[in-house]
Amino acid sequence: MRVLQAILVRLFTTAVTLAGVAVVVFVVIRVVPGNPIAMMLPPGATEEDVARLTALYGLDKGLWAQFGIWVAGVVQGDFGTSITTKAPVLELVLGRLPATLELSIMALVMAVVLGGAAALVGTRWRGGRVEASVDVANGMALSVPDFLWGLVLILLFGVLVPVFHISGRVTPSLDLPFTTGFYLFESLFRLRFDLWADLVAHMFMPALALAIPLAAIIGQLLKQSLKETMNLDYVTLARTKGYGEFRVILREALRNAALPTLTLVGVQFTFLIGGTVIIERLFSYEGLGNMAIDAVINRDLPLIQGIVVLFAVIFTAVNLVVDLLYAVLNPRLRHG
Amino acid sequence: MSFLDIRGLSVRLKKGPALLRRVSLQVQAAEVRGLVGESGAGKSMIGKAVLGILPPSVEVSEGEIFLDGVDLLRMAPSERRRKIGAVAALIPQDPLTALNPSHRIGPQITDRLVDILGWTRARAEARALELLAEVQIPDPARVMRSYPHELSGGMRQRILIASAFAAEPKLIVADEPTTALDVTVQKQILRLIAGMQARHGTALLFVTHDLGVVSKVCQKLSVLYSGLVVEDTSVAEFFTAPRHPYSAALLAATPKYTDPLAGLNPVPDAVIDAVRAEVAAFDRMRHG
Amino acid sequence: MVDGRSLTRRRAGARLWLSLTWLGLLCLAALFAPWVAPKDPLAQDLFLGRLPPFWVTGAEPGYYLGTDSLGRDVLSRIIHGGRVALMVALIAGVATCLLGATLGLLAGFLRGWVDMLVSRFIDIWMAFPPVLFSILLIAVMGPGLWSIILAIVVIDWTRFARVIRAEAMAQGAMDYVASARVAGRGRLGTMVREILPNVLPTVVVLLTLEMGIAVIVEAILSFVNLSISTDDPTWGGMIAEGRTSIHQAWWVLVFPLITLFLTVLAFSQLGEGLKDRFDPVLR
Repeated sequence: MRVLQAILVRLFTTAVTLAGVAVVVFVVIRVVPGNPIAMMLPPGATEEDVARLTALYGLDKGLWAQFGIWVAGVVQGDFGTSITTKAPVLELVLGRLPATLELSIMALVMAVVLGGAAALVGTRWRGGRVEASVDVANGMALSVPDFLWGLVLILLFGVLVPVFHISGRVTPSLDLPFTTGFYLFESLFRLRFDLWADLVAHMFMPALALAIPLAAIIGQLLKQSLKETMNLDYVTLARTKGYGEFRVILREALRNAALPTLTLVGVQFTFLIGGTVIIERLFSYEGLGNMAIDAVINRDLPLIQGIVVLFAVIFTAVNLVVDLLYAVLNPRLRHG
Repeated sequence: MSFLDIRGLSVRLKKGPALLRRVSLQVQAAEVRGLVGESGAGKSMIGKAVLGILPPSVEVSEGEIFLDGVDLLRMAPSERRRKIGAVAALIPQDPLTALNPSHRIGPQITDRLVDILGWTRARAEARALELLAEVQIPDPARVMRSYPHELSGGMRQRILIASAFAAEPKLIVADEPTTALDVTVQKQILRLIAGMQARHGTALLFVTHDLGVVSKVCQKLSVLYSGLVVEDTSVAEFFTAPRHPYSAALLAATPKYTDPLAGLNPVPDAVIDAVRAEVAAFDRMRHG
Repeated sequence: MVDGRSLTRRRAGARLWLSLTWLGLLCLAALFAPWVAPKDPLAQDLFLGRLPPFWVTGAEPGYYLGTDSLGRDVLSRIIHGGRVALMVALIAGVATCLLGATLGLLAGFLRGWVDMLVSRFIDIWMAFPPVLFSILLIAVMGPGLWSIILAIVVIDWTRFARVIRAEAMAQGAMDYVASARVAGRGRLGTMVREILPNVLPTVVVLLTLEMGIAVIVEAILSFVNLSISTDDPTWGGMIAEGRTSIHQAWWVLVFPLITLFLTVLAFSQLGEGLKDRFDPVLR
């Protein structure tokens, strides 16, 4: 009952946030000085063109009416039509979404593996030189954002030791049998390991660049709470049972120490997804973020609106999922 | 040879003061030895040293701990842990913090049997059920599937006792196992530990500050002051004719169950001064 | 224990001074750029295109870090690019700090509807990808130095507001605040005299970190070609150019990247160092 109530409250605030996002996007695009129609049109457009477009996008109506039209459309799944490609925004956006999701999830997995490993190693050999090195590496990784790590990786693994591709999502000359946008999953499903390897070789660096700062956060937080947990009585009891230190960390401490880290990782994961915008640009990876920057440069306002709203939906969804996951993983909440 | 034989064990804070000063004591098979002293006297530190769970800020500076005939301090850490896990066990002080909140009770009892002793899971589970019944837990099968937070403190302490006896260890260290419990529960738990010890024939190192408990459970006794063993004697002798003045004062300071209105006699300052001088003399002898 | 702590402190001191030294040098170079830079950063010479740095064969004397594809001196462009970077860091950092800290302080101390409003806005802001948001704002406002600064302020105020709100709330619950109120001080007076001095260390640390972020945001916007006019050298613009000619002339990417990397690192290490200094637990 209490859990249900909490979920309802959570859903309500999420809805309020999303409504706020819609308002802000709308306001930024329509109210900020500058005529959006003039921006949409190429130089040398006639008065007639302007009037036609203005009517088409409902811009001749009042501000509230415009907002109403837009929201009504969004609720029905109609995000309008892209100005540059003339295709429905929803179709374009959903077409690119899988690429960005795969990149984000790959990065998340890398961050969890790297950060988890750093935390475990730092905890196992705590109080010595190993832990100090882990701390220094974490500090460095945390100080520098994904954009710069991306550039460093390009130099390291694209130029100095060219082992990975520095641009694109997949080698275009390969035979691509995909029916969904989830190339990485589908290539595994179709047992096309050659394609899978090619996808990973493209995805490795952008995903790693996104993962490094998050890995540092996970490493730091998890190590801290692992160290605290390692002093608890039930961990001491496990030591007397004959388990080695590493098994004690994994079996007894990890699960309880991971809970506080998890909530923070949720927020940080949304930052990671936000980072895909510039990282996709840097690696010419054909995802949502790259499309967004193109849309901005081409002044494709309906497309921009659609992408921003989609990102906001993803962000709030991630936060929601993390909250639910926390409830599921915490036995005290589950039975309390 | 005694099952547990500690010889000249000194423990200190890293680059700090001594916590144990050349402690020697033996526990024979199936014997119960009490360790008494005020808090900070180092009685818990002995149990921790035996089980290899000294805090990282503390180090052993000299001495030997023979457990089941092998010197623990000469073994590689992983080997030492397996040895301790196979022949010894701990009944911890605080049942509320000694069970892992995210695991069910069952695996917390059976884990050592399966992982360290190599039993099959079915055999370990049967054994756990048997022991839970022996510590008088109603509906053991349901308790096995419970999480710690669903059970009371007394229940949890029973579970920890069952878990300690599960692998039939030769030695159990009980670290003030009743201090954290309600007074009403304390007696039951004490009786339970004593009964289990007698039935299983386990040697017991019983850390406590309560001489009343000692008189009920123990046969042998070591009295500690500031890390120094001031008296090593049998319980019968201790209560009739304590040799060391500090022991005598401690005994006088304890309320008598027979005559609770007799009033408390705090340990006299002169006795404290004398025993402190003894500790100082020990330190001088070691360093000078 | 004692040794470890003093070692940590010494390391913290070292990184504080290293960061300050690097940022100080950068400031001087940017301030006196026309005199410090060996060449005119805009001067093109197609005959001297893609010259390597001085230690590589084929280098031309005077062009220490080589030239880009248009023959412009990389070192001089880095020095001049520092002007934009540091200006954005300073102005955007301070403005963001003022807006965010004020809102956070008001929300955390006054609570009630002010807090509700500010918190709602923070929630909404957190649902935007910041890079996309900034690019969108620049697209709407048009490129230029002031657009960048405004975009940073509009987007990043939540960084300050979130932290300061929580701190002000914690401080507001303490006894000394209650006693100040009992002593007859007004609400705003209490906030400015009692709470503000206590959250000031946090504000300074956040400001330092924000300056590093501002440098990055400027670089990112220049990288996607939305920064100031395309003529003026910026680190992000140089990196964008270097990215396209990475296999022919690595130095066009590497040197601005190193500069940017060290600057961002210096700002964040400065912030972390200050945090340790201010933190009474570590001291």
